Amino acid sequence: MRFVLNDDQVALRDGIRALCVGKFPMARVREGFDAAVWKELADAGVFSLPDLRFGLAEEAVVVEELGRALVPGPLVWGVLAHSADEVVTGASAGLVAHAKMADRLLGDPDDLAPVANPIDPLTPVHTTGAAAITDYQRPGAILTAAYMVGMAAACTDAAVAYAKEREQFDTPIGRFQSIKHLLADSFVRAELARAAVHAAAVDPTDRSASAAKILAGDAAVANAKTSFQVHGGMGFTWEVDVHLYLKRAWILDRQFGTTDEHADALSA
Amino acid sequence: MDLTDSAVEAAFRAEVRAWLDTTLPPLSAPPAREDWEARRSFDTDWQKRLFDAGYAGIDWSTDYGGRGATPGEHLVFLEEMAAARAPNVGVNFVGLLHAGPTLIAEGTAEQKARYLPAILRGDEVWCQGFSEPSAGSDLASLRTRAVRDGDDYIVSGHKIWTSFAQVAERAELLVRTDPDASKHKGISWLVLDMDTPGIDVRPLKTVLGSSEFSELYLDEVRVPAANLVGPEHDGWRVAMVTFSFERGTSLVGEMLETRRRVEELRPAAQLAGYRREYGRIVAELDGVWALTRRAVSEAAEHGAPGPSASVGKLAYTEVVQRVGDLALKCLEGGSLSLDNTYVEERLRVLALTVAAGTSQIQRNIIGERILGLPR
Repeated sequence: MRFVLNDDQVALRDGIRALCVGKFPMARVREGFDAAVWKELADAGVFSLPDLRFGLAEEAVVVEELGRALVPGPLVWGVLAHSADEVVTGASAGLVAHAKMADRLLGDPDDLAPVANPIDPLTPVHTTGAAAITDYQRPGAILTAAYMVGMAAACTDAAVAYAKEREQFDTPIGRFQSIKHLLADSFVRAELARAAVHAAAVDPTDRSASAAKILAGDAAVANAKTSFQVHGGMGFTWEVDVHLYLKRAWILDRQFGTTDEHADALSA
Repeated sequence: MDLTDSAVEAAFRAEVRAWLDTTLPPLSAPPAREDWEARRSFDTDWQKRLFDAGYAGIDWSTDYGGRGATPGEHLVFLEEMAAARAPNVGVNFVGLLHAGPTLIAEGTAEQKARYLPAILRGDEVWCQGFSEPSAGSDLASLRTRAVRDGDDYIVSGHKIWTSFAQVAERAELLVRTDPDASKHKGISWLVLDMDTPGIDVRPLKTVLGSSEFSELYLDEVRVPAANLVGPEHDGWRVAMVTFSFERGTSLVGEMLETRRRVEELRPAAQLAGYRREYGRIVAELDGVWALTRRAVSEAAEHGAPGPSASVGKLAYTEVVQRVGDLALKCLEGGSLSLDNTYVEERLRVLALTVAAGTSQIQRNIIGERILGLPR
């Protein structure tokens, strides 16, 4: 057993993190998904990791970094389908994200109807009658969980940074135990979820995938809520990024099985 | 990242499993909870068997009589012990998991030679004299005084939450040696021989009705200055070494036991209609277990556990209480007896979010030492 990132995995993580910092700052992320996003990620090898003899573990490491930066797009589908040249997306739980931007719709979902004014401004969605593609269910759950771990960690980082800088009662609010303990719990949720995602990525089973999706889904939603609370009134503004994380988490919770569906599966 | 056994780990697993297959069947049943002499005898007998087989102090260096196993082999050993339902560490807990590792890190050559072999062989039982009635989470405010008198310290004070004191030969004791220094600076870590005159052991009755904890009343107890571990007045730092071990792998055996009990609970949780909470608990325990395996792998690369041990401790102790809550809901009314193992467990785990640093103290440690928030 050596359950830590190996040298290749560390290099991948650091490389993709640097790519995201350089090419996907929040100002660009807020412009939403377009073909250029896909092209740049494809050029970086995000959708063709198997060509480098990498597997699900490395894909999870990479996708977590995309989640940390909240890079928009049907990226998990691209990783699943190893589709570097074409933008692809697919149906899960009766929803298809980014359908109009896609060159190819996996599984040919039909009866597409757009959701007006979608909850996540960066994720246009259509409803569909098509069933999910079962081949992708398990790795899709694991990679979506990986993306949500990145989101959960980013929410912790943003809230911690704000708590160090924002002063009330003449002191940084992060000194107060009421705030400190919220942030500690936020950190623990992300750590727990990351360990579960990595365990699932190296030993993918229905059980490990469900555990990963539950813990990452809970962490992404709960850490976004914690970040709201720590940011106070500013968190309620469109300008501050927190709402984008919570809205995405709500969308992703529906992809490849909800937290509740996976919990029911684990009790069977 | 790799979760599978290495060749060495797989061979070690087979060896341990074979040993347990032959060693466990002839073992007598564990004694009654309150029969302390019998419990001491049972637990130390088990420790002797481990010692004779080369499994005592599995993670201790061979320099000190241990096996010098890697953290990965240590985990394999704990997994096999739990799977076979072998006796747990019992009254040897403080010696093997607190005092021993602390002596290895901080003790003199004489102290190591004097105490470590007796711990490994099960010849001597240790207890912990850290907490005081007015020094719990604020442990550094402890007031038990040690005044130097020639080659001795004269120790007076009142300790509490001393586990297994009624059967212990030694205690690890935190005392104040410099009352004028700031509270973290004037503390020392001493070895106390429990047969020294002036020690009064008074068992406490817990919510379980059990008496594994005692109060220690110390009235001018003479402790040789040679029993000082680490530098004088530097006992707080030495105690932090002890705590990092306590929060590190010492919960692993109990995590495995909890995972087994949760599997046993599965049919009842379905019948009682608590499926979703049960599924979440399974996920959280799997996450805690993954985090534990990560911590063990990190320890193999970087050595002693640091503040990250607080993450696993906090996560496990919170979820295990929910396991107990769910079990109580699933039980039929006639099972609500202290003799029921789920009821006993629910009560026992109440202590886990308090002992070895409360959940709130763990959150302070995570907030300040990992996230860098101001104190």
